Amino acid sequence: MFGKGLFGRLDWVTVILYALLVFIGWINIYSTSVGEAHTSIFDFSTLYGKQLFFIGLATLGIIFVLFVESYFFERFASIFYIVSIVLLIGLFVFGKTIAGATSWYDLGFFNLQPSELAKVATALALAKFLSDIQTDIRTGKHQIYALIIILLPAVLILPQPDPGSSLIYFSLFFVLFREGFPIYYLGILIFAVVIFATTLMFGTVWVAIGLIILTLLIYTFKKASVKIPVLPVLGVIAVSILFSLSVNFVFENIFEQRHRDRFVLWLSLEKDENKLDEIRKTIGYNTYQSEKAIESGGFIGKGFMEGTRTKGDFVPEQHTDYIFSSVGEEWGFLGTATVILLFSLFFLRLIYIAERQKNDFSRMYGYGVISILVFHYFINIGMVLGLLPTIGVPLPFFSYGGSGLIFFTMLLFIFLKLDSNRLKDGI
Amino acid sequence: MKKLLLSSIVILIGFTFIGRLSYLQLFRFSPDQILDDPAIKKVYDYPERGYIYDRDGKLLVGNQPAYDVMVIPREVKPLDTLEFCSLLGIDKPDFISKMEKARRYSPRLPSVLVPQLSKEDYARLQEKMRHFTGFYIQKRSLRYYNTKSAANVLGYISEVNEWDLQNNPYYVAGELKGRTGIEKQYEEILRGRKGVKHIQKDRFNRDIGPYKEGRLDTLPQQGKEIHISLDKVLQEYGEKLMHGKRGGIVAIEPKSGEILAMISGPTYDPALLVGRERSRNYSKLHYDTISKPTWDRSILAQPSPGSPFKILNALVGLEEGVIDTETKFRCYHGFYVGNTLRGCHCGGGIRDLNNGIYKSCNAYFAGVFRKIYDKYETTDQGMDVWEKHMKSFGLGDFLGTDLPTGAPGRIPGKEYYDKWYGDGRWAASTIISNSIGQGEIAATPLQLANMTATIANRGYFYTPHIIKSVGGNGNIDPKFSEPRYTTIDRKHFESVIEGMANVYNYGTGRWVQVPDIEIAGKTGTVENFIRVDGERMQLTDHSVFVAFAPVENPQIALAVYIENGYYGSRYAGHIASLLIEKYIKGEITRKDLEKRMLEKTLEHEYNKPYSGEPFKINEYVW
Repeated sequence: MFGKGLFGRLDWVTVILYALLVFIGWINIYSTSVGEAHTSIFDFSTLYGKQLFFIGLATLGIIFVLFVESYFFERFASIFYIVSIVLLIGLFVFGKTIAGATSWYDLGFFNLQPSELAKVATALALAKFLSDIQTDIRTGKHQIYALIIILLPAVLILPQPDPGSSLIYFSLFFVLFREGFPIYYLGILIFAVVIFATTLMFGTVWVAIGLIILTLLIYTFKKASVKIPVLPVLGVIAVSILFSLSVNFVFENIFEQRHRDRFVLWLSLEKDENKLDEIRKTIGYNTYQSEKAIESGGFIGKGFMEGTRTKGDFVPEQHTDYIFSSVGEEWGFLGTATVILLFSLFFLRLIYIAERQKNDFSRMYGYGVISILVFHYFINIGMVLGLLPTIGVPLPFFSYGGSGLIFFTMLLFIFLKLDSNRLKDGI
Repeated sequence: MKKLLLSSIVILIGFTFIGRLSYLQLFRFSPDQILDDPAIKKVYDYPERGYIYDRDGKLLVGNQPAYDVMVIPREVKPLDTLEFCSLLGIDKPDFISKMEKARRYSPRLPSVLVPQLSKEDYARLQEKMRHFTGFYIQKRSLRYYNTKSAANVLGYISEVNEWDLQNNPYYVAGELKGRTGIEKQYEEILRGRKGVKHIQKDRFNRDIGPYKEGRLDTLPQQGKEIHISLDKVLQEYGEKLMHGKRGGIVAIEPKSGEILAMISGPTYDPALLVGRERSRNYSKLHYDTISKPTWDRSILAQPSPGSPFKILNALVGLEEGVIDTETKFRCYHGFYVGNTLRGCHCGGGIRDLNNGIYKSCNAYFAGVFRKIYDKYETTDQGMDVWEKHMKSFGLGDFLGTDLPTGAPGRIPGKEYYDKWYGDGRWAASTIISNSIGQGEIAATPLQLANMTATIANRGYFYTPHIIKSVGGNGNIDPKFSEPRYTTIDRKHFESVIEGMANVYNYGTGRWVQVPDIEIAGKTGTVENFIRVDGERMQLTDHSVFVAFAPVENPQIALAVYIENGYYGSRYAGHIASLLIEKYIKGEITRKDLEKRMLEKTLEHEYNKPYSGEPFKINEYVW
């Protein structure tokens, strides 16, 4: 409908979904932060006013990205990456501390969070490295290079401390999986997590018994034609049990109490109902309040600006990490399900777009974008719903915050820009 | 596989989230969560409690303002503590400990520093209040009593307790509730309905505006005034007469069943249970377990009625046709049960219905009682008939009044004696004491007054009640205007009433005549016992009198029960005659008698069993 120009080639389904998410997010930020005095929505002393300003900046960012030539991103990917690494290192000297984390540069009108910028840069750099004609991800050497690209920013971010952002970089493994990185690594990771959790819940002895029973079952029901060598299986069991034994040690000696408490809550490790309830209301205060707020929304919710717990500011950080609880309280199940649906459609659309790329760099970068966004979404909403331990990451496009919104937007629109050029030869 | 991995994960996550959301928002959601929502504070607007008036519209209970000094610890600025303490009438250590207590409760929320200042203290304090930041005065409403009488009838209000909170969702901790008497019985009418404002709070418990713009808020509904049937003058006069005496008096208007007076001695000033000294006074009253001022003897004491009960036996005899007015019995200064002579003070000789009543002859009524039972083949049958007649007078069970407390009294039936003596091992002669109102029979003064009103009405009564009108327009329970008929035919009453009138004219009550008023009455002298430290002792007889007046068109029926007042006419009869005169004539002509009754006390009788010394009973000491 827009002809063959840039606007004609842009994927408008994605743009509309993006706009919807940003709009719904802003509506909820407005609801959580509007005060008694109803001032203009452009009042920049309010959070919703500021967020509107950030939306404006993000729009400028979109325009910038769309008018830059596509090859620019590929060519300068390494430069971006190096700049963001430098910025991350610079935080140790010039960083501004907000809420205990030294994650920001104070630019006067705006606090820049370089870890957000680094997500874009890392996704670009990884795509560039993997799409290089000389890179073969099946070789150990290149696997290690790829790991370094991913883990370097993660390691730099961890001591800010910002374990949430740090964790996000692991999502880029999905890019590797897509490009042929052995998928059983993911299997091993999931297996390890399961062993970790079950050990905490039931103890090593039961984990061992469970593993042996599982193995026996597999041997009993496998087809006669399938041969499973015995020795490696025994090795896997032995390593699993050793790992299981180490879990308790790590949990008791390496973890700090606040970490332990999160796991105690998450896995309901405390058997005394009263004590568990106590922990839920103290350590798990945020989650408790957010669950309560969501629960109180019911099917249709309390209505826009009618959320009592939202208005009462009972859920801490409700305009940032816990914004989804406001959706739950004021818009009910209808609202939350709609948001989940929108996100799911959005991601599936992006995956579809990524798969239609002919250019490797574009596809790999696309996967990077999707992985990062999905990971944020999963961890954030999982935490707000009390399914995951408390890990502070924002909900993309929803949560209040300039750096987040602007870099998520740029992350996305760089991909859309690359997509718009997919029919051209080269980039 | 690798192309589908991420899509599958996205879909899986979506389903997981939707599942969790369904659990939280659809399954765990309950619509009344607003009740425990920490974000909504309810602020109540209390209507004024309804006034209570007597039958003539005289104010009994109203309201008075009281002033609590409140403090919000966080907002307190340095102050002249000494001046403030002297204004409040407390000393400095007390002030400091109260402040500490308030701070511990909550630095942000108001606490009561000094409750219920008097008007005078308030006036002095008010001018200086602006010097003391963080303190303010909160007005509240307390009960005001326009009488020093009827404490037990009116009842008192106090803060709701755990039980109230659990069993009645209307109440919130700290609210007041009628606890006894009329305040309890007519609680919902008097208190009205509080208004509710919902206030949205933030997590620091600060108000941030009305919830839903006040759409859920309600306005308070005023409490209604009520008129009760008590006659303020009669009640106050009766309480004066009870000075130094224990016992209960109940007066009823026979033609309506309205209770004119309900007096219990000893009593107390209802104002004692209001204001700053309330809890101290309450303990004092509550822990007086010997004279029991909070125990309303007029409706809770259940002595044997004594001789007044003889009248009912006469009526049952007439109804059953076993006697007529001319039936005669001989009194041998008593009567024989087997070979034992039971005494009688009537003087002996031939007795018929008329002089049997006015001379209160035990032998006559024992004879009547036996004849009732002899009419039937078995004692059990006789008992059932007798019990049915007695209970039709409202005896032996709760009357169904609108008083929150009461006692059933006792009309023993065959089960009672079967249990006591064994089936078939008792007969009319065994329970002959019932013929003269002693033995196992028990009745509250209220029941005796109602019995008297029934006789005055010649055979029916209205359920006694204290309410006269709600909100100034009648509107009381219709059950109070339905007559309840006894099993005795109307025609039998006149001869009995004649005997009762003669009690005054020639009989045991002739000393208590009231000029120009024809009274029908019956004296009672009730033997009684007490256990002190495990030792059973007989005490001076209770003095009982029931009467109604005038004989034709009765306006008042009453029962007077004076503990250890000796024979019936000695205290009870005199007090009854004074009350009748006061009620009907409005003034007392027999000033000497009045003076004597107002001044005499029975403290010496009440102290006897606790003196530790041997003592005599039934002495003539004036």
